Amino acid sequence: MHPVEVTFDALLLFSMVVLAWQGVHARNMFRAVVSFMMFGLLTAVAWVRLEAPDIALAEASLGAGLTGALLLATLGRLGPERRGPRRRRAMKLSMLPWLALGLVGTTVLLAVTLSLPAPGLGEAVLAAMPAAGVDSPVTAVLLNFRAWDTLLEIGVMLLAVIALWSLGQDVLASTSRLPAPALPALVRVLFPLFVLSTFYLLWRGGHGPGGAFPAGALLAAGLVLALLAGARVPERMRGAPLRWAVGGGLFAFLIVAVGGMWAAGAFFAYPPQHASILIAIVEIAAGLSIGVMLTALFLGGEPTEVRRGRT
Amino acid sequence: MSLPPGTLFLLASALLFAIGTHGLVTCRHLLRKVLALNVATTGVFLLLVTLGRSGTTVDPVPHAMVLTGIVVALSTTAVALGLIVRLERRRP
Repeated sequence: MHPVEVTFDALLLFSMVVLAWQGVHARNMFRAVVSFMMFGLLTAVAWVRLEAPDIALAEASLGAGLTGALLLATLGRLGPERRGPRRRRAMKLSMLPWLALGLVGTTVLLAVTLSLPAPGLGEAVLAAMPAAGVDSPVTAVLLNFRAWDTLLEIGVMLLAVIALWSLGQDVLASTSRLPAPALPALVRVLFPLFVLSTFYLLWRGGHGPGGAFPAGALLAAGLVLALLAGARVPERMRGAPLRWAVGGGLFAFLIVAVGGMWAAGAFFAYPPQHASILIAIVEIAAGLSIGVMLTALFLGGEPTEVRRGRT
Repeated sequence: MSLPPGTLFLLASALLFAIGTHGLVTCRHLLRKVLALNVATTGVFLLLVTLGRSGTTVDPVPHAMVLTGIVVALSTTAVALGLIVRLERRRP
């Protein structure tokens, strides 16, 4: 590796570690959250350095953007932090064993990495690519070879939405709008671009970095921005239509999976001649439902179906 | 420099995991615990992708796993934050 690259990596990782420490231990809670968001952005750069552009796209919009929005929204609803004055000395002393543990762990990891003969499934995936129906290896793994993982992951998200929504009605309804007059106008300009980029990423997922996860994250970012600008879930969308939108991705996924059982003899087996179109269907369904579910998570509760007016 | 490729990333992932776990145990504020959990998660993700790079070809399986993991981590964070807000409201 070129010395410049090594220096860049060292600086990047050092800043990440410092920001992570601040994100956990900064005295001011707001500062901690902002440090954590910066940490997320630097992590996205680290993914680029590790030649993982798909993860970088998802991290930049999810790890830094959406998590940050969630954290700030939560921070606004919490009271000031109560903390004991005797905390700091204890913290420094208790850090030593952890530091030692980290060093030992790193040494072991280095030894493991260097001793593994040819780790990973890179060759196996490359060998199976002609039958995958898409050109991008990551999309092929996500939606064909390991589609089962993606199905479960969408299930986990749906469970998270159900858990949050069962806690009560949406928290946004009780908070006031942001006092930023330019934001609604900006959102009106930006939102179509968000939708357009979402579909671009979905289409691109077939042959390059992109696909359902970054696309869903981008869609959610657009919707959350609209919510922050004062938009609310339309009245006629509440209740059943919204629930279908939230659960639709998992439903479409399951239909394709069971259809594979009937057509090709195994759960999630695609008939090779139809693999491309089936993956496209699954990808669009997964991308849109990830976007809607992320927005539902940001809402923090189900929008109330009947507002005042009806008896 | 004779460092094997990825050493720095492995070191950083171990440090991040240590910072996260330490924060998760020692912090008293629940929001800080959530932040610490996220830091530890990032450490694990870095480790996975760095290990996946040590072969001759770039291994897409860890990439897919980490993409899935990021979304699951976000779902966990959202539920945790929702619970924290509810908990705080019930406190006097």
